[in-house]
Amino acid sequence: MLHDRDRIFTNLYGERPWNLEAARRRGDWDGTKDLILKGRDWLIKEMKDSGLRGRGGAGFPTGLKWSFMPKQADGPVYLVVNADESEPGTCKDREIIRNEPHKLIEGCLLAGAAMGCTAGYIYIRGEFVREAQILQAAIDEAYEAGLIGKNACGSGYDFELYLHRGAGAYICGEETGLLESLEGKKGQPRLKPPFPAAVGLYGRPTTVNNVETIAVAPTIFRRGAAWFAGLGRPNNTGTKIFCISGHVNHPCTVEEEMGIPLRTLLEKHAGGVRGGWDNLLAVIPGGSSVPLIPKEICDTVRMDFDSLREVHSGLGTAGVIVMDRSTDIVKAIARLSKFYMHESCGQCTPCREGTGWLWRMMERLARGEAEPAEIDQLLDVTKEIEGHTICALGDAAAWPVQGLIRHFRGELERRIRERKLVTKRAA
Amino acid sequence: MPKLTIDGELVEVPPGSTVLQACEAAGREIPVFCYHPRLNIAGNCRMCLVEVEKMPKPQASCALPAADGMVVRTNSPLVHKARKGVLELLLINHPLDCPICDQGGECDLQDLTLFYGPDKSRFKENKRPVADKYLGPLISTHMTRCIHCTRCIRFLNEIAGVEELGAVHRGEHMEITTWVEAALSSELQGNIIDLCPVGALNSKPYEYRARTWELKKTESVDVLDAVGASIRIDSRGNEVMRILPRLHEEVNEEWLADKSRFAYDGLKKRRLDVPMLRKAGKLEPVDWKTVLAAVAERVRATDPNRIAFLIGDQVDCETMVLVKELAERLGTPHVECRQDGSPLGTRPRAQYRFNTTIAGIEQADVCLLVGTNPRFEAPLVNARIRKRWRRGGFTVGRIGVPFDLTYPVQDLGAGPPTLEEVAHGWHSFAEKLAAAERPMLILGTGALARPDGAAILSLAHRLAESVRLVREGWNGFNVLHTAAARVGGLELGLVPGPGGRDLAGILDGIERGEIELVFSIGVEEIDPKRLEKAFVVHLGTHGDRTAPIASAILPGAAYTEKNATWVNLEGRPQRGRLAVFPPGEAKEDWRILRALSEAIGRTVPLDTLAQVRMRMAELAPQLGEIDRIRPAEWGSFGRAGPVDPAPFTSPIRDYWRTCPISRASSVMAECSALAAARAREATGTHG
Repeated sequence: MLHDRDRIFTNLYGERPWNLEAARRRGDWDGTKDLILKGRDWLIKEMKDSGLRGRGGAGFPTGLKWSFMPKQADGPVYLVVNADESEPGTCKDREIIRNEPHKLIEGCLLAGAAMGCTAGYIYIRGEFVREAQILQAAIDEAYEAGLIGKNACGSGYDFELYLHRGAGAYICGEETGLLESLEGKKGQPRLKPPFPAAVGLYGRPTTVNNVETIAVAPTIFRRGAAWFAGLGRPNNTGTKIFCISGHVNHPCTVEEEMGIPLRTLLEKHAGGVRGGWDNLLAVIPGGSSVPLIPKEICDTVRMDFDSLREVHSGLGTAGVIVMDRSTDIVKAIARLSKFYMHESCGQCTPCREGTGWLWRMMERLARGEAEPAEIDQLLDVTKEIEGHTICALGDAAAWPVQGLIRHFRGELERRIRERKLVTKRAA
Repeated sequence: MPKLTIDGELVEVPPGSTVLQACEAAGREIPVFCYHPRLNIAGNCRMCLVEVEKMPKPQASCALPAADGMVVRTNSPLVHKARKGVLELLLINHPLDCPICDQGGECDLQDLTLFYGPDKSRFKENKRPVADKYLGPLISTHMTRCIHCTRCIRFLNEIAGVEELGAVHRGEHMEITTWVEAALSSELQGNIIDLCPVGALNSKPYEYRARTWELKKTESVDVLDAVGASIRIDSRGNEVMRILPRLHEEVNEEWLADKSRFAYDGLKKRRLDVPMLRKAGKLEPVDWKTVLAAVAERVRATDPNRIAFLIGDQVDCETMVLVKELAERLGTPHVECRQDGSPLGTRPRAQYRFNTTIAGIEQADVCLLVGTNPRFEAPLVNARIRKRWRRGGFTVGRIGVPFDLTYPVQDLGAGPPTLEEVAHGWHSFAEKLAAAERPMLILGTGALARPDGAAILSLAHRLAESVRLVREGWNGFNVLHTAAARVGGLELGLVPGPGGRDLAGILDGIERGEIELVFSIGVEEIDPKRLEKAFVVHLGTHGDRTAPIASAILPGAAYTEKNATWVNLEGRPQRGRLAVFPPGEAKEDWRILRALSEAIGRTVPLDTLAQVRMRMAELAPQLGEIDRIRPAEWGSFGRAGPVDPAPFTSPIRDYWRTCPISRASSVMAECSALAAARAREATGTHG
C-alpha cells in the first residue's frame, strides 16, 4: 500500500483547483530552475537511476529512451507528449490533465531540458475538449509566469510548448502515427528504423513520451531517484496510476505502488469485485490490448510489468477491466476485436485484412456458429497478424483473442456444441 | 561496406543498402508487392518478411537497413509461415477474378500465390465490396482487387509530381481514390497500370481485349516524341493490342509517356491503305503501278529545281537515306527535314543535340529552360529533371511562359530580351550558371522555330560560351526536340544543298509557282493551304492534314509496321522493329521510294534493308552504332541578329494530339477534350 507521503498526484481527484497557484502550493514548480541548471547529464542519469518505465503501455525505460537523443544537433529537437489516451479501460492521463496540468507542463520543461529540446508538443485526444481547454489555460499561465518560453524559469533555457488537438483516431496514439498526424498527414505509423530519436517530427530528432511518464518526472527529480526506485519492486519501480473499471463496487482511478497484488488493488480501492471475489471471471489488467487473465491467476498476480508478463499478459496502461461471472466473455472480446478492426489504419496487410476477419469469426464464435476446428484457425489467424505488422496495433488486436482461447477454450467449444444441438433439434 | 550472412552465405553490399537488396545480391528472391526500387519505401505489404538473428520479430527486409554482421534467413520455416500468412490475408478479400482479369498471366499476386498461397480458402465471411473509381479515359479500376500497396500513390506523388491519388478511410475500409472523383491529369499516369501488382488498375483501352499470353511481343522504340523511349509492342494477329515500356536506364528508365502508350488506336484509324491519284479534282484509289508511273511522269516533266522534298516528324532514317539519294539523282537541292522551320544546322552537331544526355540530367546542378515546356514536349525528360530536383541542390530557371512543370522553377522572363540579358551576363542567373559545377541549358524548339530563330540560337551559343556550358567531360547545351525524325534528318544532312531553299523558301516558292512538285514524306504539321498550289506527292500513313490536298498518295508504314532506325534527341540511333504489317496495300516507305526511283528511271541501287543501312553508315557513321551516342563536336553556330521581343511559346499546345497517329486516336481525343475542359475550369487562382 502506498503511503500518502509517497503519492505523486496529490490532486488526482480534483479536490483542489488545477491552477498555478494551487499547483505551487502542492509543490509543483519548486526549484525547477535549479533542476534545469543541474544539466542534461544529471537529469538523464537521475531518470535512469529511478528505473521509471514508460507509462504508455510498452514499459520502455524512460531514462534510456532520453539518452538516445543526440547530444549535439544543429537545429530543432522536439519533445512530443502523447496525450491521445484512447486505450479502452484507461483514464489516467485525462485525470492528470484535468487536475494536475502543471505537473505535466513542468515535466515537459524538465524532459526538454534533459534532452536539449527546443520545443515540446502535447498531442491531445480530440474528444478531450474540456481537458484541452484546461491544459491550454495552464500553459498560458506558465508562459505568463515565465516558467516556460524564452529563458524558462530564469534558467537561460528556451523552451516553447504547444498543444495540438487530434481528430479522434486510436492509431494516432501510436508514436509515429502521432507524429504523422501532428505533421498534418494521415495518421499512419511509420516504419522503424529510423526511430523518432533519429528522424522524428518534421524529420528532426524527437522523443515521444506518455503524459504520466512526463508528469511524474518533476517529482522524481525533486525527491531523488533513490526515493522512486525504493518504491515497487526491482525493475518495476515507483508508483503507477491504475484505472479500475467494470464489475467492481467502486470503479476508480488510483495511484498505487507498482507490484501491488491485483486482489489487494481491487479490494482496497475499488470495493472489491461485485458479488465477492469468487464471483470474478477474468480481468484484463492493462487496457484492452493485453490478454485477459482468469480468476486463478488473479488470485495471486502482482500488478507490474514483469509479473504480468510471466502470466502471458501485460501491465499495458494499467487500465484494469474487471469482469464477473455475469459476463459473456466471448462477446466481450469480440467487442474488442471490433474496436481494433475499426481503428486499424489500413496501411499494412495483416492488420488491415486480419482485424476484420478476427472480428467476424469472433462474432460467430460468440453465437456458437462455427466448427470446433475454427478455434484453432482463429488462433492461427492471430499468429498471422501478430508480429508481422508495422506497429503494435496488430499485436494488440491479436492478444485479447489469444488470451481468450488460452483460458476459455472450453467455453468456446461448449457454445459450438450447444448451438449444434439446438440446430439439430430444430431440424 | 556492411557484410551480412544471408542463409549462411556471406555477402558484402554498398552502404545504405537494405536487407532486401542484400538478399538479392546473394541471389535470393524475396517476394514483394509494395516495394519498388524507384519509389520510396512503404513497407506496408509485409510480404518481404525475413528472419534476422537477434530481432524478436520477422522484419520487413525492404525497409531494414543492412548492417554489418547481420544474420538473415530467407528460407526458414518462420519466414515461410509469415509469408504464407500475409498472402492468405491479402487473398481473403481479393476476388477470384483471375479468369477475366486483364492482369491474369502477369500478376504478382497470382505468381506468388502459386508459391506461397493456400490451396483453399479458410475465409467464410463475405468479401469486401469496394466501388470502382473514375480515373479518366486511360485507366480503368477494379478496386475490389486492390491490395493497398500504394505504389500508384507513390508514383504520382514522387515521379509524376501530381498529388492526385491518395488513400481515404482506414482499416479494411481504406480505399485508393482521387480526392474528388476526377480524371488524373498527369501525362505519365499510364505507368501506374504497370506498377499495380494486381489487376486493380488496368488500361482502359486495352481492357478485356486480349489475354497476355496470346500476344506477340516485339521490342521497338517509340516515335511519338523525340525521346525515343524503349517500348514493347504487344500484338495479336495483325493488330497492335497495347504498348508497354521496356527498361532502358539511359532513356526512359521503365516509364512511358501516356501519348506513346495509349495513342496506338490511332494506328487503326484513318489509315491510308491504297495508293491514290487525284483525277478531276478527286482522289481515287489506283494500283501501285499506276500511281508510281503517274508520279514518275510528272517528275520527269518537271525542272529539278522546281521539285522539293519535305520531311515529316516521324520519318525513319532508312527512308531519309532514300530521299537523299533520290534528290541527288534528280538533282534537286531543295531538301528540308526541319518541318518546323527551325534554323538548326548540321555542323557542328552539338547545336541540335541534347548533349547532356537524358541520364546526364541527374548530374546537373543548375538548369535553364528556354522556350520549352518539357512536361508536354518530352514528359520523360521532365520526369528526369524532377528526379534530379527531388535529390536536392538543383535550381531550375525558365525563360518562357510559366507552366507547372511539377518542380519549382524560377521564372526569369518570357522572351528573348531576358535571354539576351543572361547571355550577356547582365542577369544574376548567368552567375548561377557560371558558378555551377555542371550547368545545363535546354533550348526548346519553340524558341527556334520563329523568324528570329537563328538569332536566338546565336544568343544561346553566346550564353553557352559565356557561362562555359561546355567543359571537360560535360556538355550542358541541349536542344529539346519534339520530332522523332529531326535529329536523324540532321545527322544525315537532309537540309538544303547549295542553292537550295529552306522551308520558308520552299513554301514561298510554292506560292510564287517556283516550286511545282513537292514530295511530302510524312509531312503533317505544315498548313496545307501553303502546299496546295503544288503537285503534292504525299507519302504518309494517315488521312490527316496533307492527304486532302495531295495529288498522289503513296500509303506508307507506321512505326509499328517497319524495321527502321530512329535517332533520338540525344543522338542515339535506335532500331524499331516490325510488329504488324502495314494495312492494305501500304508498304515500307523506303521501298516505295526505291520503286519510285526506278519508275523515274533514276534507280537508287539499294535493294535490301541491309544495303540501305550500309549506305546510311557511309553517310553518317555514327548511325551505324545502335544505342550508342557518339559525342558531338562543339563549335560556333547561329547567326547574330535582331530579336523579336515576343514571348517564347511551346510548339505543343495540346499534348495529346501532336501527330497523325495521336490525332487519329479516339483515346487521345478524349484526353484532349478533358484537358481542354480542365483548362476552361481553371481560373486565375489555379496554378
